[in-house]
Amino acid sequence: MTLPGPLAPWYDFRDLSNAVERLLSWLNDIGPDWLVYVVSALIGGTAIFLFVAATAVANIWVERRVVARIQVRRGPNRAGPWGLLQPIADMTKLMQKEALLPRAGDPVVFLLAPILAFGPALLVWGVFPFGEGMTFVDLNVGVLYIIAVTSVTTIVLFMAGWSSNNKYSLLGAMRVIAMLLSYEIPLVLALLGVVLFAGTMSLSGIVAWQQDMRIWLFLVQPLAFAIYFICATAEINRTPTDIAEAESEIVAGYHTEYSGIQFGLFYAVELVNAMAVASIAATLFFGGWWLFGLDRWIPGWIIFIGKIYFIYFLLIWLRGTLPRLRIDQLMAFAWKFLLPLALVNLMLGALEVLLWLEYDLSAGLVLPLFSVVNLSLTVLLIVGWMRLMAFRFQQLPSRARLVHDIPVVAPGAPAGGAA
Amino acid sequence: MTKLIPGSETAAGIRAAVPDAELEEAADWVVVDAPHLVAVATFLRDDPAFDCRYPTAITAVDRLDHFELVYHLSSLQRNHMVILKTRILDHEAPEAPSVVPIWYGAHPQEREIYDLMGIRFSGHPFLKRLFLWEGFPGHPLRKDFLTLPSGHKPGLAHFPKE
Amino acid sequence: MPELRTEPLVVNFGPQHPSTHGVFRMRVVLDGERVVDVEMVMGYLHRSMEKLAEERTYTQNIPFTDRMDYLSAMTGNLAYCLAVEKLAGIEVPERAQYLRVIFSELQRIANHGMAIGIFMNDCGAWQTPVMYMLREREKILDLFEMTCGARLTTNYMRIGGVSFDIPEEFMPQATALVEELPDRIAEYEGLLLENEILQARARDTGILPADLAIASSVSGPVLRSTGIAWDIRKADPYCVYDRMDFDIPVGYQGDNYDRLLVRMEEMRQSVRIIRQALEQLPPGPFKTDIPLALRPPVGEAYARIESPKGELGFYLVSDGGPTPYRFHVRSPSLLNLTPLKEMTVGQTVADLVITLGSIDINLGEVDR
Repeated sequence: MTLPGPLAPWYDFRDLSNAVERLLSWLNDIGPDWLVYVVSALIGGTAIFLFVAATAVANIWVERRVVARIQVRRGPNRAGPWGLLQPIADMTKLMQKEALLPRAGDPVVFLLAPILAFGPALLVWGVFPFGEGMTFVDLNVGVLYIIAVTSVTTIVLFMAGWSSNNKYSLLGAMRVIAMLLSYEIPLVLALLGVVLFAGTMSLSGIVAWQQDMRIWLFLVQPLAFAIYFICATAEINRTPTDIAEAESEIVAGYHTEYSGIQFGLFYAVELVNAMAVASIAATLFFGGWWLFGLDRWIPGWIIFIGKIYFIYFLLIWLRGTLPRLRIDQLMAFAWKFLLPLALVNLMLGALEVLLWLEYDLSAGLVLPLFSVVNLSLTVLLIVGWMRLMAFRFQQLPSRARLVHDIPVVAPGAPAGGAA
Repeated sequence: MTKLIPGSETAAGIRAAVPDAELEEAADWVVVDAPHLVAVATFLRDDPAFDCRYPTAITAVDRLDHFELVYHLSSLQRNHMVILKTRILDHEAPEAPSVVPIWYGAHPQEREIYDLMGIRFSGHPFLKRLFLWEGFPGHPLRKDFLTLPSGHKPGLAHFPKE
Repeated sequence: MPELRTEPLVVNFGPQHPSTHGVFRMRVVLDGERVVDVEMVMGYLHRSMEKLAEERTYTQNIPFTDRMDYLSAMTGNLAYCLAVEKLAGIEVPERAQYLRVIFSELQRIANHGMAIGIFMNDCGAWQTPVMYMLREREKILDLFEMTCGARLTTNYMRIGGVSFDIPEEFMPQATALVEELPDRIAEYEGLLLENEILQARARDTGILPADLAIASSVSGPVLRSTGIAWDIRKADPYCVYDRMDFDIPVGYQGDNYDRLLVRMEEMRQSVRIIRQALEQLPPGPFKTDIPLALRPPVGEAYARIESPKGELGFYLVSDGGPTPYRFHVRSPSLLNLTPLKEMTVGQTVADLVITLGSIDINLGEVDR
């Protein structure tokens, strides 16, 4: 907790911590020491919980309308003007349904799984810098914390699938474990590239580095962003990698047997996870709350939320457009394509940082050079690696062959071949 | 146009290859007796002039005192069709040889005939009822299934304005 | 160290499932994700149409044929009417034959649009291709509604012709649709066929060898995707198909991607046929008069057409009465399912689902 400063008035909402710090300094004067800690924890926790709940509710509407537009239709427009009350209708419907419990399943694990799934989705929001000084807990191992918390999801989804006592859920659970484990490794390596340049694992420190160097880490580490985006899509089970809950194959995968508010929790977790992934990308790669000095007029947290929604729109776009991959193709993609690229990215990044520090070059010269080099290498590596590993399909014809007349063998001649 | 090979031509070809098959010729089809069905069918499939490797339809008709199995066989390369028939004379517990070893396409069609008409096919690898469940009483497509007492038929006796 | 007991997993892709295309059940024995055995259980939609048809007159049986393959009702009607006309020796006027061709080909476009869309649905593209393809299907169904009053179970063909003549607003709307369709089909081809994910899913999966296809009496786009050029419209032309100039698309190795290619190209060829038929449509009567309770002479007839699913044939036996003695449907969907086990053994569950989708079955026709 930082000590109060005398600078900004409490109503300066560009930095919400102004108001909070006035309150806390007043409490510090009048009460015992532990009261300040408790009140600050309560305020921060409640604020984050309310924010997460609000975005979960709003995203139901956003997702359905945007996907509908991609599908040449309107989306929900009955419940309220422009369908704005649709999320409330959905939540009410889910809450009043009977939450079934399979008789032969494991009831304790079954009931715990949705609650535990919501845990990581909520916990990860504690370390994001919503603005300058507006971080709930400014851990100096923020990136490590994020990775650790999001990997709890794997075992929770397996709990959900196993305790349902249903073969579809079992198939979904097995796929979840295989996929989530495989995609964590390139994800971590991609994030390591970012940490390498910024020199710190603290999220607000990374944003501060981007602010100091006046460059987005997306430009310096484009390959890391690409790998991170794909791995994160796989981690949150979204199309094209939603094999674990593939509706057309295994009905609903690990959450087949869930109904009522338990299913509502899984659905909300999926939306909140998408926002969390988007906000990690926004913080680490796109500068978080900093937008080339625009945060003097527009509050930083509004810029941050805008960036989150932009990346969330990319996720929805992928969902609406692409078919899904098969599990063995996904595994091959993670291990054979993404992992080598992530390693190469790490080595290149390390080399660049080493050169920069060793020869003590100025940042203004070096960083644009690195951006250009990295961007071109990204394109080259992705295209080249793809060509090397590519399927032979690109050589096969992709249009049918046209035949005008049926080949009929004359009655006297011998028939030949298979057809 | 697909040529429908006349019964006389088919019968001539069959007599040359399977001499002891008892044949009955009609204008469009040939009736063969049940014991020689597999031999005749194998001949029709393997002979280069007939080349009936594509079983178009296999069905059965209940003729009240016997069953009649009808095989429509085609050749895609020669674009002609041969109609082969067999009579199963036992109406209570009919049995027929299966042509599944000859044409794999007979597999669901013979199961359907077993299910709805009750003809058992000997040599069929998986003879189970297809549409109805095991234990369904009777075979629905037989003419004596669901007869009303005293032989009445449901529906109008004759049509108005006829 | 105790021996680990392993047993294969028997999963029921039951009658209620988002992508079994109707009430179709498969008992699949899995080893992890690999399919070891597939047993098909059908009959959940068995309505005993063959038995019911023996109690109704020939004209009264026409609505049954709508409800068998309910997604392509026009072609079902047509096959039955051709069989009765062959049995009774009835001549059909030329205008009726052209109208039959136009509506069959419109139905083919509608059916293939739906089939490709649902196949992409099974592949995982959340309803986006279906929504695009349903736009054209809606226009075709509007044409059906303006002519015969129904969108899905059209009951349009009659013995001896068609039931209604086309209204005045049909020709301009049909011509506009035919002008617009080739661009749309090119758009769908460009969006779907080059997609790497679709190619990775659909190529080399669900392969059907050509000789197994012939021995299993597979027909329609499934047979053509294996490389065999066979189309009833060319081999055994009915109505006025012998006056139309069109090509038939043929695939290469019988995998799911080839079936997709064949269906996409067939839509384009259907547009060609409709354009020619609309130009050549002669004036005249659209139906010959037949008695109310038609009594064909004693005999039998088998007539077949190329429906969007395959070769649809009707085998009718008449005993001289007003109702058929035997009414048998040679159902393409049932026979196309024959090699399902051979097509999917050794592949994963995901491939099983899209292979079933690419065969394009219709349970009304499988079960009758």
